[in-house]
Formats: sequence, structure tokens, C-alpha cells
Amino acid sequence: MSLDRRRFLAWGTVAAGAALAPGLRLIELAQARSPQEAASALQRWGLLIDITKCTDCDVCVSACHEENGVSGHGRPETDAQWIRKVDLRDKGTGFAQTLPLMCQHCAHPPCVDVCPTGASFKRDDGIVLVDKHTCIGCRYCVMACPYGARSFVHETLSGQKADVPRGKGTVESCTLCVHRVDRGETPACVQACDRDGGKAMVFGDLNDASAQIHRRLRSEPSRQVRADLALNTGVRYQGL
Amino acid sequence: MMRLAAAVLAAVLSIAHTADAQDEGARGVALPTIKIERGEACVVPTDEMRREHMTLLLHQRDRTLRQGVRETRLSLKKCVDCHASRATGSVLGKDGFCASCHRYAAVKIDCFECHTPLRQSGAAGTSGQPGTPR
Repeated sequence: MSLDRRRFLAWGTVAAGAALAPGLRLIELAQARSPQEAASALQRWGLLIDITKCTDCDVCVSACHEENGVSGHGRPETDAQWIRKVDLRDKGTGFAQTLPLMCQHCAHPPCVDVCPTGASFKRDDGIVLVDKHTCIGCRYCVMACPYGARSFVHETLSGQKADVPRGKGTVESCTLCVHRVDRGETPACVQACDRDGGKAMVFGDLNDASAQIHRRLRSEPSRQVRADLALNTGVRYQGL
Repeated sequence: MMRLAAAVLAAVLSIAHTADAQDEGARGVALPTIKIERGEACVVPTDEMRREHMTLLLHQRDRTLRQGVRETRLSLKKCVDCHASRATGSVLGKDGFCASCHRYAAVKIDCFECHTPLRQSGAAGTSGQPGTPR
């Protein structure tokens, strides 16, 4: 019996598929990592915020500040602010929008470029953080950030959360709730928006093709704030 | 003359002896309170921990913050969980595990200007329910 070329190729493909299918991937997917594993550049955490669903509430702000133990001294000019609501209004038409703004977790963060001690850094999975052990409080990063996302702690603090050390003389900003992300949870703002807000925020891995955030960014229009700066932000907006 | 010198020497020696006996009381700094609240043994042998804890914590802090490795074995949070005082729930204060030893050694640490000195797990120190040894 002779096997013609077409049939040989067809059977060959099926056989190769069967051999590869069980438990073997040609490209390794990013997995949820164990606490002993370092953050990996295979992942890039990000947020997608649909501001057409963003209502006039501030549950994301209060949830963030509750989770991270950020409390003010009643001095809005100097109190730390990790996330804030920004109101936009078109002067011509009067059309008003509101959106939450926080550290945009840039792929090319200006705050990291200007830091003289290397305290401001980007973790392998794209989360931009401040190493307060080496921060000298110079506030160059505060000036460099185009989003005004960083705050300086002016006063002695007490009652910090165990997962979120904060102290006088250092700069801080949204950590994307890195302590929760490392436990496999979503940031506090996203959880609060899902529960009590307009379900406007989606958190996920921008590199994971099966993640909801990746699918939506691929199929729906979205924008980066100050895209002209080419910082490749990890936080994207829809309806802006 | 020799007799006088011997008498003076004897007097000096007796005074010195009395001073020696009072030495414990006259020491300016109280000995540290090393009270282990929880657990049978530390994660590292005590001798090594006494000499090396600052180095261990320094490495752990960089690995946790910069790489996201959250091992619990050498974490500051776990130190506080075991060593926080049962009465105050803190490692600081007069008899606090960290504070009393560092006061004795005249070392100023600033870990707890940012990190909380209070025990977290089960809040055993504050609820009056002492933790069981693990």
C-alpha cells in the first residue's frame, strides 16, 4: 500500500498535534508564581479603566487609602495622595467626565530616569515602586512624573499597615497594591470598583493573551494619558 | 617606711574590692530584656542570629522589594510576630525585644519608623490570647 503525499501530511499533522497537546506548550505562558519565585518579565501588570462606566463616586480612592494606610492630616496641599479623581469638562460643549488617576506604571518611567540613588525602580513585572530604604527624599521623581502621581511624606507617621511600610522623608505612590498582586489578588481600587462602583476597572497581565485586559485592549479602542510622551503606560483608559 | 607603704596598699586594695562588689549596681545601662514570646527556636541558631540578623534582614528586604520574593522565613513581619511583647504587642517600648537590646548596644535602628512594630497574626498580643508555640 502506498501513501500519497497529501494523506501523509494530513496524518503527520494529527500525529504531531497529539504528541504536543498534553501538557506541552511551545511558548511558556506566565503562571501565577509562588512566594519564593521572583517577579518575571514574562508578565506585565496593568489596568484598563473604562471611564464611561466611571461614576461620580470615589470608592477606589477610599479603598486605596484604607488598604495602604494612607491617611491625611487635614492638610490637602501636603497630604499623600496615591490615587485621585480628576474631573474633565469640555469648555465648548460642557461635556463632563470623571476618571481615577494614579501612577501609570510606565514601561519607560521618567521617575526612574531621574532618581539619583536608584530608589525609584521598575520591577520586572512592570510595577514601578520606590525603595524607601534608599530614597533620600530629593523629590526629583515628584517633579519628573507627568501625572503628578508621587507624594512626599512630610510628617512622622504611625499606625502603618504591616504590608505597606511608609515613613517620613520618603516619596511614595500607587504600588498597584503589589502586596496583594504577589498574593494573586487584584488591587484594592479594582476590587472596590467591582463591588461598590461602576465596574469600570479591569486588572490583569498585559502580556497574557487569555487575560480579559489583553483581549479588550486588542479588540477595543483605548488611550494612554499623555501618549505623546511615549512612556508606554501600564494603565490605559477607554472613553477618554 | 615599708610598713606605711604596705598599709596604704592594703587600704587601696580594700577600697577597690568594695567598688567591685558594687559594680553591678553602679552600671549605667540596664541589661537588655530578652524575652522570647513565641516559638521553640528561632529560624536561625541564636548565636548566628545575634551576629547576623541585620545582614539577613538586609538581603531579605532587597529580594522582597526589588524581586518580589516573599519568603516568610526571614521576613521582618515574622520576627515581629514571634518577638512582640505579649503585653503591648510591640517589639518597641522599654522591654521590647528589639528596643531593649539595641538600647543596651547603643544602636539606633530606624526599621520601625516605616514598618509597624506591632504583631499582626491573630493580634495575639493585644487580645490577651498568648500565641501557641509553633
